[in-house]
Amino acid sequence: MAKVLMKGNEAIAEAAIRSGCRHYFGYPITPQTEVAAYMAKRMPKIGGTFLQAESEISAINMVYGVSSAGLRVMTSSSSPGVSLKQEGISYLAGSDLPALIVNVQRGGPGLGGIQPSQSDYFQATKGGGHGDYHLIVLAPASVQEMADLTAKAFDLSDKYRMPAMLLADGTIGQMMEPVELPEKMSEGGFEKPWAVTGTENKREHNIINSLYLVPEQLEDKNLERYERYKVVEQNEVMYEEYMTDDADVVVVAFGIAARVSKNAITAARAKGIKAGLIRPITLWPFPKEAIAKAAERAKGFISVELSMGQMIDDIRLAEGCKKPVTLCNRVGGMIPSPDEVLKAIEDMEGGAF
Amino acid sequence: MYTQILIAGFGGQGVLFAGKVLAYKGLTEEKQISWLPSYGPEMRGGTANCSVIVSDTPVGSPIVHEPDILIVMNLPSLDKYEGAVSKGGYAFVDSTLIERKLERTDVKAFYIPATKMARDLGIPTLANMIIVGKVIKETGVVSMDGLRDALAKTVSAKHQDLIDINLKAIEAGYNFKD
Repeated sequence: MAKVLMKGNEAIAEAAIRSGCRHYFGYPITPQTEVAAYMAKRMPKIGGTFLQAESEISAINMVYGVSSAGLRVMTSSSSPGVSLKQEGISYLAGSDLPALIVNVQRGGPGLGGIQPSQSDYFQATKGGGHGDYHLIVLAPASVQEMADLTAKAFDLSDKYRMPAMLLADGTIGQMMEPVELPEKMSEGGFEKPWAVTGTENKREHNIINSLYLVPEQLEDKNLERYERYKVVEQNEVMYEEYMTDDADVVVVAFGIAARVSKNAITAARAKGIKAGLIRPITLWPFPKEAIAKAAERAKGFISVELSMGQMIDDIRLAEGCKKPVTLCNRVGGMIPSPDEVLKAIEDMEGGAF
Repeated sequence: MYTQILIAGFGGQGVLFAGKVLAYKGLTEEKQISWLPSYGPEMRGGTANCSVIVSDTPVGSPIVHEPDILIVMNLPSLDKYEGAVSKGGYAFVDSTLIERKLERTDVKAFYIPATKMARDLGIPTLANMIIVGKVIKETGVVSMDGLRDALAKTVSAKHQDLIDINLKAIEAGYNFKD
């Protein structure tokens, strides 16, 4: 199949359509606006719905409505907009509804800036909204993965009845790379007997709800949900290992930070330093075992992030604080250069940590 | 081959488009490609730049810190990026708009009066394509063969009638002699 050049944001939108998503609700914000623009152009032509809501809060609640009816649905935004959606995301989780939420991150906190960032890691992986819940969080590092992981997110979300988040950043959203888009991208075919589609007097009413005033019931709901999360953690962890077989220094990075880190690892190898990369593709569930295994032989880990150090906590938990973990980071829309990552690798190799 | 290209100028000079043409041409030659625009406030009337990588091997970081090929279409961009060009790399300067020469002596510099040439040819908005022609000639980063196909992909469906003048501009740059 012929490859085409596409922006990461456009690849998300096209992949969503090819995954059977016909309902998109959003509100424009840099650097993800191309997702909405693409949907605005395409959805009316294929009998789908594109709706620019009056706010992000409104958009996420429209997502709740369509998902309740058993249909594939998504919204997208960037950091400040995703903060606004958190109440709705918690309601989706509490009602066991599948949906795709895309966050093309920009610098924060507050209104922040419009340049790339990864500082919504905590928000995406540790909650964000209230209550005990998880999202499946996927972190693309190329335009191809923007497409592939969009399809994957819909499938996982339907399979486990939980919302999924695609956690990208401004760089991957704005850049163009060759991408291959198969006609059919998603497994699909998930039965949704719980959906509110009309009973036709043939069955009991389905009720989509997150309110349980009897504490025993609410506890049961939470326990059942965490049983499902356990299955996700067992079966759905995704990561890429790059030159880790003999690595003394293991860099852990996702998204754009992983791309920069690969350049640094190539440069380190050229200098005779055994460096490798573990790139989490699912941020939740986090590739704990891969990191624990690497800890057996590595001197230490470097967390390369576009944040003040958020994923670094999960690395430390995964490796059980056996080895040093250092942070190589830039924030506010800045991106570490390959030289900065190389310096961190050399520091660790030389024992300076 | 792993060629990193940085194109910089004012917003409106077609900096991003020039990068797209090189990227699409590389794609049709089955190269690995990345294209990354600046999307900050600077592109609204200020300086715009774009990073393009054309490679035989997978592209790592799409951000170009040390360009092998620098194209500059205004003085602030030359001031900002002259020092970044890799040793032995190339710099292409629109000499209609930039009066000074490079201070570096370890860079192959080419001065093309692209804005004036474009004006003289009656295609005043295509100085960018004239420089692209010169870049192709001197660096061979992509080939001239099949350029029409690449342009057809780069130019939006409703502007396909502009392919011919883009080709004309690229050829003018390709054939330009100092």
